[in-house]
Amino acid sequence: MLKFIKHNLEGIDGVEIYPIISLLLFFIVFVTMIVFVFKLPKGRIDEISQLPLDNDNNKEFNHE
Amino acid sequence: MEKEQFYYDNKIVKMFLWATILWGVVGMLVGLLVALLFVFPGLLEFAGADNAISWLSFGRLRPLHTNAVIFAFVGNGIFLGIYYSTQRLLKARMFNDVLSRIHFWGWQAIIVAAAVTLPLGLTSSKEYAELEWPIDIMVVLIWVVFGINLIGTILKRRQRHIYVAIWFYIATLITIAVLYIFNNLEMPVSAFKSYSVYSGVQDALVQWWYGHNAVAFFLTTPVLGLMYYFVPKVANRPVYSYRLSIIHFWTLIFLYIWAGPHHLLYTALPEWAQNLGTVFSIMLIFPSWGGMINGLLTLRGAWDKVRENPVLKFFVVAITGYGMATFEGPMLSFKNLNAIGHYTDWIVGHVHIGALAWNGFMVAGIVYWLAEKLWKTPLYSKKLANTHFWLGTMGILFYAIPLYIAGFTQALMWKEFNPDGTLVYGNFLETVTEVIPMYAMRAIGGTLYLTGFVLLAINIIKTAKAGSTVEDELAEAAPLKKISGKRIAGEGWHTWLERRTVLFTILTTIAILIGGLVEIVPLILVKSNIPTIESVKPYTPLELEGRDIYIREGCNNCHSQMIRPFRSEVERYGEYSKAGEYVYDFPFLWGSRRTGPDVHRVGGKYNDNWHFNHMMDPRSTSPGSIMPRYSWLIKNDMNASNLESKMEGLVKLGVPYSPERISSAKQELLAQAKQVEENLRQDPEFVKNYGSSNIQNKEIVALIAYLQRLGTDIKANKTALK
Repeated sequence: MLKFIKHNLEGIDGVEIYPIISLLLFFIVFVTMIVFVFKLPKGRIDEISQLPLDNDNNKEFNHE
Repeated sequence: MEKEQFYYDNKIVKMFLWATILWGVVGMLVGLLVALLFVFPGLLEFAGADNAISWLSFGRLRPLHTNAVIFAFVGNGIFLGIYYSTQRLLKARMFNDVLSRIHFWGWQAIIVAAAVTLPLGLTSSKEYAELEWPIDIMVVLIWVVFGINLIGTILKRRQRHIYVAIWFYIATLITIAVLYIFNNLEMPVSAFKSYSVYSGVQDALVQWWYGHNAVAFFLTTPVLGLMYYFVPKVANRPVYSYRLSIIHFWTLIFLYIWAGPHHLLYTALPEWAQNLGTVFSIMLIFPSWGGMINGLLTLRGAWDKVRENPVLKFFVVAITGYGMATFEGPMLSFKNLNAIGHYTDWIVGHVHIGALAWNGFMVAGIVYWLAEKLWKTPLYSKKLANTHFWLGTMGILFYAIPLYIAGFTQALMWKEFNPDGTLVYGNFLETVTEVIPMYAMRAIGGTLYLTGFVLLAINIIKTAKAGSTVEDELAEAAPLKKISGKRIAGEGWHTWLERRTVLFTILTTIAILIGGLVEIVPLILVKSNIPTIESVKPYTPLELEGRDIYIREGCNNCHSQMIRPFRSEVERYGEYSKAGEYVYDFPFLWGSRRTGPDVHRVGGKYNDNWHFNHMMDPRSTSPGSIMPRYSWLIKNDMNASNLESKMEGLVKLGVPYSPERISSAKQELLAQAKQVEENLRQDPEFVKNYGSSNIQNKEIVALIAYLQRLGTDIKANKTALK
C-alpha cells in the first residue's frame, strides 16, 4: 500500500542520501561485525554459551 | 571468593504466569467470537435485530482481540519469561520487589482499562495503538518501571557476562519506548478523545513504521531472548552457535527498525545503490533465519528428547512458525505478491502463523516447563500437554490454510475482467459470500487452538494444587570482583562488551536510533511535499462528528479508504486516491483489510436513504452482507458538546478553521443536519417508519454526512489536480 505514496518522499530535496547513508552504515557495521565475530577466542565462547545451563542451584526441582 | 546467599523471586513469575493464562483464554475467546461473526453476523444480537448492542459489534471487538492477544497474552508471557530468566542469568533477585509488583499490577490495570474502553468505542483507530491518550500515558509509566527494574537487576548482577537473552530484553525495552511515544503523539481534545498530531500520508507512514517495528520488538525480540534461554535450558545443551547469536542480535536490531519503510525510498536511488539495496534485502533473511537455525540446531543430537518432551515439541513448532512467518514477510514485500496479498485474508493468515505458532507455542512451552520448576512437582498430566500440542498444531493449520485460500480467491475475484472490459464480480458481495466456507473453517481452527489452551489452563491449575507453595527460591553465588574496565588479555571484543552493560545499552540505543532517524527525518519532511489540491477542504462540523463516529465504531477494521492505481480498483471504486486528499485526515483511516469494499469514493454513490437503511439493516440493501447492524446510531442523540474544542485542537494541528467558523460551528452543524433529514424525508417509507422522530439530532445523520463527503472534494475541481 505504501508504495503508492512513496513518490511523495522522492520529491524531498536530497532524500537519496538517507537510503545511501543507511545502506553504507549497514554494510560497514555488518562486515566489521562478521570479521570480529569470527576472530573471537573459542574458549570464552564455549564458557559463555554455558551460562543458561549453569545450575549451581541444586535446590531447584529437576525432573530429568 | 565467599559466596553470598540470596533468594530468587518466584512469586512475581507465578503472578505473570497466571495472568498469561487468564488473558490467553480471554484474548482467544474474543478472537473466536469475532471469527464467528463472519459466519453468523447476527450472533450477538441478543436483544433482537432492532436493538443491536453497540459494544458487541465487530468493529469494537476486533481491536479488543488484537490488543488482548498482543499486549495481554503475549505481553504477560514475555514478562513471565523475562522475570524468571533474568534472575537466573544474572544470579540476582530482581532489583526491587515493589517495582516488580507495580509493573505487574500496572500492566493488568492497563489491560482492564483497554478491555473497558475499546468496546466503549474509545479508540484512536491506529492499529495496535488504539488506546486513548490517558492509557497511553499509563503504558509509558509502567514501561519505565519495568525498565528501571530490569536495568537495576543488570547493575547488581553476580554474573559478569550478560548472556544473549538479556541483550534482546534490553533492545526490546529501549525500542518499544521510542516507537510507542513517537506513534502515539496526539492532541487531547477531551478526557477520552484525541487526534493524532500527524495527518494523512504522514500519519500512515509513522503508523506503519510503528506497526512493522511493534511486531519486531514486541512479538519478536523478547521472544527470541526467551528462545535463547529456554531452548538450551530444556534441551540441556548450549545454544548451537554463540557467534551466530551475536550476528543475529546486531543485524536484527540494526536492520529491522528501518527494514520495512526503508523500501519506500528505493525508487529514488541511483543504480549502484539499488543493486546494493537488493543485496541488503536478501541479507534481511540473515537475522531471522540465522535465529531460527540457531534455535533448531540447538536440538542437534537431542531429537529423541523431542519425542518424549512436550515442551520441546512446542518449541520446535514455534521456531518453525517463526521461520515460515519471516520467510513470508519478505515475500509479501515483493510488488506483485503484495498486489495480491494486500487487503485480503492472506495477511490475517500470515500474522496468525506468527501469533499462534511462534508466540503462542513458545509461551505454552515455557509455561509447562516453568510449572514444574515453580511448584517443584511433575506436571499433572503429560498426556494432556501432548493433547494440547496436537490440538494446537491442528488449530494452526485449520486457521491458516483456509485463510490463504480465501486471500487468493478474493484477490483473483477482485481483479477478474470480462472480455468487454467490465468486472466479472462487479458486486463486491459476491467476493465475500464466496469465501464464507473458509471463514467457517477458520473458526473451527480457532476452536481447536482455544480448546488446547484451555487444557493447558487445567493442567497448570492441577499442577499448582499438587505442588509446593514456596514462593522464594534460595540460591548462592559469589559477588562480582572489581576488574579492569579495559579489555583483558585473551578477551574478545564482544566478550568484553558483554560485561560493560551500560556501554552495551548505549550501543543498542545508538543502533536503533540510527535506523529510526534515517527513517523518521524523511517522514517529517514529507508533509511539505504532499501536492496540495485546492478543492480539498476541511470537514464541516457535522462531517467531523460523523468521522469521529466512524472511528468510534471501528469502520476502518473492515473498510479501506485507499484506492490503488490498478485498473480493477479504478473500475470498481472510481478514481484512485491522491495523497493530497488526506491532508485534513487526523488520523488517517486507510485501513488494512477489505472485509467490505473500499469507501474512499462512496460519497454521492448512494442516496442518504440507502445509507440510513443500510446502517439499520445491511441485509435489506445488500443481501448476504456480513456487516453488523448499527441500530443504535438511529436511537442515540448526537453529542456535539466537544465540537469547539475538537475544532480548536485541529486548528493547532494546522487545519484552517477560522475563529468565526468555530464560534458558529453548532449552527452550521444543525443546518447541515436539517438538510440530511429533509433528504431522508423524500422517501415515503422513511416518513412512514420514522416520520415522527427528530432524526436530525441523531448520530446517524452525522455519519451519513461524513460518508457522503468521502472522496468528493476532487470532483469539485478536477483541474486543480496535479
